[in-house]
Amino acid sequence: MDRIQIVLIVVSVLFILFVLRLTKKNKLREGYSLIWFFLGFIILFFSVFRGLIDPLAAFVGIKVAPFIIIPFLIFVTFLLGMHFSIIISKLSEENKKLIQEVALLKNRIEKFEIGSNSKE
Amino acid sequence: MRVLIIIPAFNEEGNIKSVIKSIREASLDFDIIVINDCSTDDTETVAKSLNVDVISLPLNLGIGGAVQTGFQYAYNNNYDIAIQIDGDGQHNPKYIKELIGPLSKGDADVVNGSRFIDKKGFQSKFFRRLGIRFFQLLINILVRCNITDSTSGFRAYNAKAIELLKDRYPIDFPEPEAIIILKKRKFRIIEVPVEMENRTAGISSISTFKSIYYMVKVTISIIVEFLRSNNG
Repeated sequence: MDRIQIVLIVVSVLFILFVLRLTKKNKLREGYSLIWFFLGFIILFFSVFRGLIDPLAAFVGIKVAPFIIIPFLIFVTFLLGMHFSIIISKLSEENKKLIQEVALLKNRIEKFEIGSNSKE
Repeated sequence: MRVLIIIPAFNEEGNIKSVIKSIREASLDFDIIVINDCSTDDTETVAKSLNVDVISLPLNLGIGGAVQTGFQYAYNNNYDIAIQIDGDGQHNPKYIKELIGPLSKGDADVVNGSRFIDKKGFQSKFFRRLGIRFFQLLINILVRCNITDSTSGFRAYNAKAIELLKDRYPIDFPEPEAIIILKKRKFRIIEVPVEMENRTAGISSISTFKSIYYMVKVTISIIVEFLRSNNG
């Protein structure tokens, strides 16, 4: 086993533990942690079974095996970007509904207050 | 027939007074609600000083979110008709009666005020008109409906349309897209001629700088809205 392999295994295990810790402490929602666990385990998998990189690279059509990291990283970055866009869209829609609800309720409360003041 | 006039307003302290006054001068005895879209000026105080009901959004939502809040208010309070009129004074309130006419007769579900039918009043700049022409063509191709002034924010809606739009209304640049939302669900939309003025105070929400973004965004929204399923 090469030194780089050991380093990568240690780093990916630490990364997975870090994600686990964040999730346990409720700093990262379970649903959103999946994508990070997935990433951690992929890196761990290929660090352990290093020999699998060559056939994979050959299959995709990349001559120098380590360069497979480049399309992989681009793919992961795109995936993450999309993931966040989806979450942000959902959040802003929910946020809009809350803002509207608060404004409507505030308006109703003001009217109730005016109503009860005029009775006194 | 209970009618609500919805006035979305963002930093319109200089215009809102004359808008409300001219609505009242047109002897329209309708309820008015100003949706204050988190203005940083005195829009709210000015409106309240004229004894007008104000809903103040705690954060800025943009014109679509503000108008939608008005629809929700109209729905919650069982109004039969909602009129949308801009808070910047570019819509002349004397045409509100014309907007309501076809709704009270049951001839339409939505009435759109168009400045291009009689070609009177402020006709907008050349490029703006070109853009509106393009939307007219696009909407006509997609939903077979001739809307000469799809960017007009001077409209009247019946209860059925209010019920739909309270849950589904685009957040920014909503007017052309709303035509598709309504037309896909077989709502009857007709246009009546109105006059619009150039803005009296403040600045328009669409600057030249933004107009290309506006065209691209609205075109994409129109097409996506057309492709979207009615329940989705």
